[in-house]
Order: sequence, then structure tokens, then C-alpha cells
Amino acid sequence: MNGRHQTERFRFAWLPYLTLFAMLGPLLAGLAGTVAPAFGYMPALGTRDLSLDVFRSLMAWPGLYDAVRLSVTTGFLATAISLGIVTLITAGWVGTKSFRILERLLSPLLSVPHAAAAFGFAFLIMPSGWIARLLSPWLTGWDRPPDVLIVQDPYGLAMTAGLIAKEVPFLLLMVLAALSQSNGTRRQIVAQALGYGRVTGWLKTVFPSIYSQIRLPVYVVLAYSMSVVDVAIILGPNTPPTLSVQIIKWMNDPDLSFRLQAAAGALAQFLLVIAAMLVWRMGELFVAFAGRRWIVRGRRQLLDKTLRTVGFTAGVITAASIILGLAGLVLWSFAGFWSYPDILPDNLSLRSWARSGAGLSDAAFETMIIAFASTLIAVFLTIGCLEAEYRYNLRITRRSLLILYLPLMVPQTAFLPGLQTLLLTTGADTGRLPVILTHLVFVLPYVFLSLGDPFRSWDTRYATTASALGAGPDRVLWRIRLPMLLAPVLTAMAVGFAVSVGQYLPTLLIGGGRLQTLTTEAVALAAGGDRRVIGVYGLAQTTAALLPFLIAILLPAFLWRNRKALRHG
Amino acid sequence: MRVPFLAAAFFAFAIPAAADPEPSDWDTVLAEAQGQTVYWNAWGGSTATNDFIMWVGERVSEDFGVTLEHVKLSDTADAVSRVLAEKTAGKDEDGAIDMIWINGANFNSMKQADLLFGPFAEQLPNWQFVDVAGKTVQTDFTVPTEGFEAPWAMAQVVFIHDTARLSEPLGSMTEILDWSKSNPGRFTFPQPPDFLGSTFLKQALIDLSEDPSVLQNPVDDANYDAVTAPLWSFLDELTPTLWRQGRAYPQTGPRQLQLITDGEIDLAISFSPNEASTAIANFQLPDTARTFVLEKGTLGNASFVAIPYNSGSKAGAMVVANFLMSPEAQVRAQDPSILGYNTVLNMAVLSTEDRAKFDALELGIATLTPAELGTVQAEPHPSWMTRIEADWIKKYGVSE
Repeated sequence: MNGRHQTERFRFAWLPYLTLFAMLGPLLAGLAGTVAPAFGYMPALGTRDLSLDVFRSLMAWPGLYDAVRLSVTTGFLATAISLGIVTLITAGWVGTKSFRILERLLSPLLSVPHAAAAFGFAFLIMPSGWIARLLSPWLTGWDRPPDVLIVQDPYGLAMTAGLIAKEVPFLLLMVLAALSQSNGTRRQIVAQALGYGRVTGWLKTVFPSIYSQIRLPVYVVLAYSMSVVDVAIILGPNTPPTLSVQIIKWMNDPDLSFRLQAAAGALAQFLLVIAAMLVWRMGELFVAFAGRRWIVRGRRQLLDKTLRTVGFTAGVITAASIILGLAGLVLWSFAGFWSYPDILPDNLSLRSWARSGAGLSDAAFETMIIAFASTLIAVFLTIGCLEAEYRYNLRITRRSLLILYLPLMVPQTAFLPGLQTLLLTTGADTGRLPVILTHLVFVLPYVFLSLGDPFRSWDTRYATTASALGAGPDRVLWRIRLPMLLAPVLTAMAVGFAVSVGQYLPTLLIGGGRLQTLTTEAVALAAGGDRRVIGVYGLAQTTAALLPFLIAILLPAFLWRNRKALRHG
Repeated sequence: MRVPFLAAAFFAFAIPAAADPEPSDWDTVLAEAQGQTVYWNAWGGSTATNDFIMWVGERVSEDFGVTLEHVKLSDTADAVSRVLAEKTAGKDEDGAIDMIWINGANFNSMKQADLLFGPFAEQLPNWQFVDVAGKTVQTDFTVPTEGFEAPWAMAQVVFIHDTARLSEPLGSMTEILDWSKSNPGRFTFPQPPDFLGSTFLKQALIDLSEDPSVLQNPVDDANYDAVTAPLWSFLDELTPTLWRQGRAYPQTGPRQLQLITDGEIDLAISFSPNEASTAIANFQLPDTARTFVLEKGTLGNASFVAIPYNSGSKAGAMVVANFLMSPEAQVRAQDPSILGYNTVLNMAVLSTEDRAKFDALELGIATLTPAELGTVQAEPHPSWMTRIEADWIKKYGVSE
């Protein structure tokens, strides 16, 4: 027995270290490659003197204040509003038929890549967009679209709305994963029996435990919304753009010395994200303090009916904006000539699809290989880590695992160029493997975020019982724990797959542009603004990410059709 | 960082670089090119261009056994970054990029940083057909190319207008300003530093200047303010009359076409005299779109291909560059139903048969004849563009 435990330790204990290495190595090397130029050290450009000059020129950029303000407001607004919507939907409707419909509508929308969703959304809301066309000219009198700044507005409101539409499905999925690990339903029943309203009762008895499980995903949404590039390019302002978009612009400037300023900007963006998280954390403490007093006061109702309606309406609008946006992409991909104010194209044609045919299938194949490989590695490492943590009480736990989330909190632009240099130096720059390993840096944390809490919240009394019946740890893992966690595991894989499908900068930088995925193709084509081709690639990209989610929803429902408590993802 | 250090140490002792192919020994180049794969990094924003590059790939594979892969860029500077990163990391052989569609400031940066292979262009067999005297194929934005890049297409500024809304051509920048004042919100240009937006600024400067010849020399602090003053007062008047009052701009040239079709603007700038015709055929513009040039003429330049110093397929890349200058490729590129880029070749030195193929091309519905295109103005030195871009961004790019 003892000897067997020794072997056990040897077999699993190294996995957390391997995982940390897979994450930390690229991240730290990449950050070093960013920090050095920010302080003026870039031998390739002939600058070696350490100084603060680069930061001075960053401070002198007249757009800095606006860029920073945009980054902060879009980050906080998008995060707070999406969290609010998800909370209201869940609080008001969980367990009802309407909730299941909303869930079915929203969950798959998570897989819609941000760029595709943003394009669809832009076409809906712009002055010459679908909504305006539906109402013109018979109602509005607009023979020509009005010259108003809706998309790319200086306050970033269009961009914030687009982000909310995408983050609501993400947070909802995280809440659902957390719900399957809590006894929220029972708590709510008890609360309602005590006379609490649906929303008030849920907020008072279930929300605190759910939030502790989705805290990290919320931080990720915050960091992501503050530093997103593709959505900001499509929906955000450009005079000036957000800080992250400006960093990319500096990176791409033919005057190579701007690369130093880009590095300084990247460092500033990094610090900004950290500061925002600290502020959010303080907000959490305040809400917890106020919330506790509110709970103690014992009030049974708080605008319950209104909040239910608001939550449901917001959920429907969110789903509708993405679904209608996608419908717009579908139409554009088949459209012939289509001008304002026509609601539909003059004619339909298969030409856009036919023209894209060969390139499209190659790119789809490449996308699938990379996504599948990186997701499998990520799930293997994640389960290995979690199981090692459980078996040996290895205290890799919360604090060290925060390091795992760094790639989601560090803007991609901050460390990818440095990472590229690292891979070049080791001679590993070409081919698919480095790209897969780089995707892993981003896929792993999402898989971990998605799977970690459900895995840890699993009731270990099952394991105790199984051990008492003579099952070894492996048997417990394979025969009891993983099957019971099938839904969260599949969800985690689907999230990982979607994350990989959506990666643009890592594929472009590390693959040297030689690997063409649906996303790199779509973004490159987006530069041309041809809505037909954007429609084709946006839809292909969406489909690639959608399939795993279908599996994640359908497979547990099918396999556990006779196990009611296990069905929920 | 032990791993990169060890690897760097290993690379320091690696075998020295293999000899580069000699472009004048063409048979050896052809033999070496056989079986090579050429990664051509080229802007991927235009469906017509992408289709043309795919055709080039088929042809060089048939004739020379060269495999061509089009790496679609959203910004040519991405490729410049990549080569720079490779140089930083000491990867001096078999880099990821074998050929770049390039010109202007990107070429100038790469040439100055010694990131290019060459000279090779003027030793290519098809160089004999190139119109060296009549077209700006040996200077790129006034910077001598010195054989470090091979030309493959000529471009000239034209303005696209929707005749359903703006029926008559506008002959000068002043007329454009007057029209925009009486039709606010109906004109815009791609946001500098997008190359086409910067081109609009240069075009305005040339058209408004008394003496544009000073722009041929590098920018000089002594005369910069005086030379550019007419441009800034023009823009101060124009900007509030632009689409969205100049508070937002389209990010690329083709995006303007979508805006015309959406009915949001009536006038756009283009760097390809055939773009409008091709776009009409592709449903991207209404069939009422036409083009015009300014009375004093418009800017023209050439598109080139260059080969990074660390390409592992230099022979293959030269074969592709040479094929691009062939009459066969040039006549296809000039066909408005396919691409509509003007040729770099000299009609006088072509065989009668080849010349007949060019003569047989029909002009697109919105394309001007060579005579109508009028005077081609020379590109200013790149330093002007850099400085004007920076000032434009300071004045208008961060205004809100």
C-alpha cells in the first residue's frame, strides 16, 4: 500500500509543475521581451541605454487620456452590466421553462467569435444598418442614412454594447457550471417557503456562493473588455482608439522605433488592468458588506416582478442582437447587390462561397487541428493538476493558480512579441506545434477556469464511499469522478476549443503568418470591408466553434438521460 | 531563462549561411527554385487580388515547380515586424517570409535596416520588357530601389463618385472642398496612417501647392511649415464638413466602397483606376459609379515585391517576381474583369502578339482611358508622408 502511494506521487505530482511551466515560461519570457524595450533596450534597433524616455513620449501622446478613459469605462460598464443581466436572468427565472429556452438560446452564442458577432452587431445598429432600413424611409423619412455617429462613438458605447452581448453568454455558462455544483435550488425553495420573492431570495441565499465560484471568470471579463482589440477595431472609436488598439497600431508602424512606445503602452495597459481589478475587488467587499446588512434586515421583496421582467428582456435583447447579427452575416454571404434602404439584397448568389471554397476548407482544417490538439493537452493537464491537488493535498491551490490566469489578464500585445522572439531563438518557430503550444497558453486558463471549480466542488464523500468499497484512486477518478463531471468537462473542452478558434494574434505572430486559420483569414479579409467575404468567413468561424458546444450540451443530456442531477452542464 | 540561452549558444556555433543564389545565372536559379515553397506576404483585403495571386500560384507551379503560398496580411507592416523579429533573434536563414508586396515607407524601413536580399530585380530576364523610362519603377517614393524590389503593377489616384448623387467630376481640391461644404457629411477618406488616407493628404498638398517640386527632396524643418500651410487650412475647413463631422473615419480604402453602397457617402479616393469597374462587377458598388482625376493630374506609384534577406527560397521568390513581370501575368493583371492593375511593361518592346493582347483588353465601365487619366504626379519623398501623417494624427486623429 505504501509503495503504491510512492508510485502514485511520482505519477501525478509533476503535472502541476509541467502545467505551470507551460504557462509561466512563455509568459515571463514574453513580458521580459516587453519590459526591456519599454525602458529603451532593443538591440535590434540599436538602442541599449536604459531610460524613461519611452514613457515620456508615451505620456506626450495627446490621445493617452482618452484611450485610457475608454479602456476603463468599457471594461467596467461591460463587466458590471453583463454580470447584472446574468444575475437577474438566473435569479428570476432559474428552473422555469423560459429559463431553459433562454439558456438554449444564449449558451451556443458563446461560441460565436467576437469579430463575427461585432460585424453582425455593427450592421444592425449603424445608421444605414438593418434596423434603420426596416424603418426607412416610410417611418423616418431617411432617403439617405442620417449622418450620426452611432458605431465608433467617442464614448465607446457601441463597443460596450457589443461586448455585453458577447460576455452575457460567457458568464451565464459559468453560472450554470457553478449552479450544478451548488444546492442553489434547495436554498431557493427554502427561501421562497419563508416568503422571500424569487429574485430577492436568490440574491440573498444563492448569489454569494455562486459569485465566489465565478469570481475569476468575472475578472477575466473585466481584463478582456479593457484590452480587447478586434471588437474595438470594429465598433470602437478611432479618434483616438482604445489603448490596446493604439498599441497594435504602434507595433505595426513602419517606423520601427514606435515599437518601443508600443512596449511602454503595453506595460501601461497591463498596470491599468491590475488597478481595475483592485478597484473591482474593493467593490466586491463593499457589496458583500452592504449585502450582509440587507440579508440580515430580512426584507422579503424588492421590486421582484420588475427585476424579473428587466432580466428577461435584457436576456432576449442580448440573444436577439447576436442572432440577428448572424442572420445579417448569412444574408451578406449570399448577397448580390444590396444597397440602402433595401431590407433584402437585390438578388442572391453562391458566388462569395464559391470564390472562397478552396481557401476556406484549408483554413477550416488547420483551425480544427490546432484547436483540437491544444484543447486535449489543456484538458489533460487540467485534470492532472486538479487530481494531483486532490490526492496529495499539494498546495498549488488558489494563490499559485492565480499565476495560471495571468495570460488572460495580461493584454496579448504585452507579451506575444517577446514570446515570438523566444521561440525564434530556440529554433522552434515554424510549423504547427509552436502555435498549438502558444494557443495552450490561452486555452489552458479558460479550461481551468471552466473546470476547476466544478471539479473541486465535487462531493468527495463519493470517493470515500468508493474507497470503502475497495476502489483505488484511479478507479475513483475514471469510474466515478470524471463520469459525474462529464458535463463540466465537455463544457470546458468546448470553451477551450472556442478560445483556440478565436485566437488571432498568437496564430499570426507565432505561426509567422504561415498557418492560416479561419480567424486569421477573416481578420485579414475584414481589412477589405467586403461584407460578403466577411460573412462567409465569419460563419465558417462560428460553425467551427459551435459544434463542440452542441456536443457539450447534447452528450450529457443523452448519456445521463436517466440521471437527472447530472444533466445540467 | 536557461533554454533560450542554451539555444542561443547553440546557434552561435551553427554552420555559416549557405551561399545566396546569383540572379544573373538564371539557369541555376531555375534549377534551385524547383521544388521550393515561396511564402508571399501580401495584403489580403481584396478578393480580386487574392484570386489573382492564386492564379499566379497555379502558373509558377506548372512551369517552374515552385509552390506559392499567399500569406494574407491585414497590414504590410506585420511582415516588416516579422523579419525584424527574426533578425533580433538571430534567425538569419530560412525565415518565415520569402516575398513581400511592398512599397513606400515599408520599403524604405526595410532597406535602411538591411532586411532585404538583393540587388536582384534588374537581372531578372523579364526586366527587359519593363518601361524604365516611362514609369517610376526604379524609384519608390523617390527612394532609389537599386534592384532590391521588382515592380509588378502601376497605380494612380482616381476619385470614385456615385453619379446618381454627384453627377459632375470635381477638378481640384478646392472644388472638392466647396462641394463638401454644400453637401456636408457626404465625403470622407481612410484614416491616416492608412496608406490611402495618407495618399489623400499628399494629393491635397500637391494640388494646393504653388510649387510641388520641393516635395521631391527630404523634408526640411526650414520650409516644412510654409510648404504645408495650405494643406492645414484646407483641412481645417474640410474636416467639419466630412462624414460624421470627421469624428470617425473608414479604416481602409475598400471600406469607402461599402459606404457608397450604403448610401452614406458619394465620393471616395482610390489608388487603382480600375477598382470601381471591378467593384461594380462584384456588387460592391452601384453601377452608377464612375471615376475622375484632378485637372492638374494625380499621384502615381508602383507596387513592388521584395525578398527578405533571410528567405530560404530566394530562387523561388525570384522566379515568382520574374513571372509577375511577364507579359502573360501583366495582361491578366490589367484585365479589368480580373484585377485591373496597370502594367509596368513598355508596349514598344513587346512582341506584336503580346501587344495585341494588351490592345484587346476592354476598359471597364467606370475606367478612364490612359489619355483621360492625364498627368501622373510623382510621389513625395517618404519623409514628407511620415511628418504629415504624424501632424494629421496630432491635429485630427485624437480630436475627441
